[in-house]
Amino acid sequence: MDHLGLWLAGLLTLGIYSFLYRDNPWYKVSEAIFVGVSAGYWVVYEYWQNFVGKFWDQKGDQPWLWIGAALGLMMLMRLIPKIGWISRWPLSFIIGATSGLWLMLYLTTNCIAQVEATIFPLFGADFDASAIAIFSNFVLVAGTICGVVYFFFSKAHTGAFGATARVGIWTIMITFGAMFALTIMNRMSLLIGRTSFIFGEWLGLLR
Amino acid sequence: MSRRTIEIALVVVGLALCTLAYLGKKNVQGWHSGFEFSPTTSQIVIGLIGLSLVWILVRTLQDKAVGRRTVFLYVGIAIALPLFMSIDQDIVISENTRHVYESLGELPPGSKVLVSFDYDPASSPELQPMAEAFLAECFRRDLKVIMVALWAPGAIQANIALDTVRARLGLDTTELVYGEDYCNLGYQAGREFVIQRMGTSFEAMFGTDVRGTPYRQIPLVRNVRNFSDINYAFNISAGFPGTVEWVQVAVSRFGLKLGAGNTAVQAPQVYPYLRAGQLQGLLAGINGAAEFEKLIGLKAVATTYMLAQTFAHLIVIAFIIIGNIAYFRGERETKLRGRTQ
Repeated sequence: MDHLGLWLAGLLTLGIYSFLYRDNPWYKVSEAIFVGVSAGYWVVYEYWQNFVGKFWDQKGDQPWLWIGAALGLMMLMRLIPKIGWISRWPLSFIIGATSGLWLMLYLTTNCIAQVEATIFPLFGADFDASAIAIFSNFVLVAGTICGVVYFFFSKAHTGAFGATARVGIWTIMITFGAMFALTIMNRMSLLIGRTSFIFGEWLGLLR
Repeated sequence: MSRRTIEIALVVVGLALCTLAYLGKKNVQGWHSGFEFSPTTSQIVIGLIGLSLVWILVRTLQDKAVGRRTVFLYVGIAIALPLFMSIDQDIVISENTRHVYESLGELPPGSKVLVSFDYDPASSPELQPMAEAFLAECFRRDLKVIMVALWAPGAIQANIALDTVRARLGLDTTELVYGEDYCNLGYQAGREFVIQRMGTSFEAMFGTDVRGTPYRQIPLVRNVRNFSDINYAFNISAGFPGTVEWVQVAVSRFGLKLGAGNTAVQAPQVYPYLRAGQLQGLLAGINGAAEFEKLIGLKAVATTYMLAQTFAHLIVIAFIIIGNIAYFRGERETKLRGRTQ
C-alpha cells in the first residue's frame, strides 16, 4: 500500500507539473483528481471535526450550541430562493459580531500603534544611532509621508506636491517589488518541497 | 519520427528510469542508498550551468531568444541539483529571527509556551521545518508546550511535527510525557473569535484535547485559565486566521507576548507589527526556518532547502537580466525600423 501511495503521489505531482510543457491528458486527469480529492477531503474533515466533533458530541453538555446550529441551518436557506431571506438573520449576526470585535481592535492595533511606531527620534534617543540606522529612519519617515501624499487626491499632483507624490509612488512600487520577491520565494519553496519528495521519498535518490 | 512519438518515448523513458531508481531504493531492492555530489563535482556542475547561461545570453544578443520551456527547465534544474550537492551555504541570521530565539532564551525552564498551528499541508514545505525547529528548541530548554489550531488540519500538522522532533532528538514517551511536557488541544472552529474567547477561558474553547481527554484532567493545562497564564506564544501561520488576528486580539487586547512564523508571502503583512513592538520576532519563509535551525545548531530540512532556494533565485535573476536585454534590443530595433521607413 505504501508503494502504491508513493507512486500515485509521484505520478500525480509530475502530471501537474507537465502543464509547464503544455496542456495534456495526464495533467487533466491529475487536476481532476486533485480537485475531487480536495473537495471530498474537506467535506469529510469539516463534517467530523466541526459538525460531529464540535456540535453533535457536545450538544448535550452545552445546549446553547443549538442556537449556533439553528443559525447555520438558517444560512442554508439561501439554497431555496423563496425563503432565502431567512439567511439575512445569521448574516446580520456575523456582521454585527465581527464589527463589534474589530472596531476598537483595528483602531488600536493597525492605526494608533502604527502611528506611534512612526513617531520616533530620527537620530536615536540620545543621538546614539548608527549612520545606517539614521539613514533607514529618514527613508522610513520620508517614504511614509510621500506615500500618504500620493493618496491625497483633493489637490492636483503638480509642482512640489506632484514631485512628493511621485516619490510616494516609487516607494509604493519598491514595496510591491519586495512583496512580489517574497511571493516568488514562497512558490519556490513549494516547488522545492515537491522536488524533494520526488527525488527523496519517492525515488530515494537523495542521501 | 513525429513530435508526438518523441514525446511519448520521452515519457516512457522517464517512467522506466523512475522505476529503476525506485527498485534500487534501500527499502525496496537496495542497489543504492542515494547519491551526493562531492564539493568538486558540485562546483563543476555550477560552472557548467553558469556557462550555459552565458551561452543563452550570447544567443539572445544574436536575436535568438529562448522559449519559456527553457526557462522552466532551468528553474527545475536549479531546484533539483542543489538537493544533491554537499556545499555548505553561509546563512546570515536576521534580527527578527534572533528575537524569536532570544525570547525563548529568556524563559525559565518549565514556562508555558502556546503554539498555534494555523496552516495546512499546502504550506507545509515552508512552515513545517519552522514548527519542528521551534518545538525542538522548546523541548531542549524544558519549556512546556501547549498546542492549538485555528485551521482544521493544523492539529495533524502539530502531531507530524512532534513525531519528527521526537525521532530527531531521540526522545521516547518517558522522556517527553504527553500531558506534562506537552499537549495538543486540537482544532477549534470560530477563527478570531476563538482567540477572543481564549482571552477569558481556554477551557470554554478547548473542552477536551485531541485524544478526547477532558481539559481538567490534563496536568499541563489544569491551571491555565487564560492568556495571563501563558509565558510566550508562537503562531505558525499561512493566512487567515493567523498572525494578524493573533496580534489584533491576543496582543492588543490581552497583552500576550507573541512571536510568529509565516510564509514568505504573508511576511510583509506583519512587518509593521514588528517595528511597533507588537510581535517579538518573526521567522519569514524557508529562510527564517533555516536561520532558526542555524541558531539552535540543528541542521535539518530548511538548511538543505536553502541552497536550492538560492540557486533558484540566481536563475530567476539571470533570466530577468536576459529578458530585459532581449526587450531593450527589440525596442531599439523597432525604433530604428521606424526611422528608416
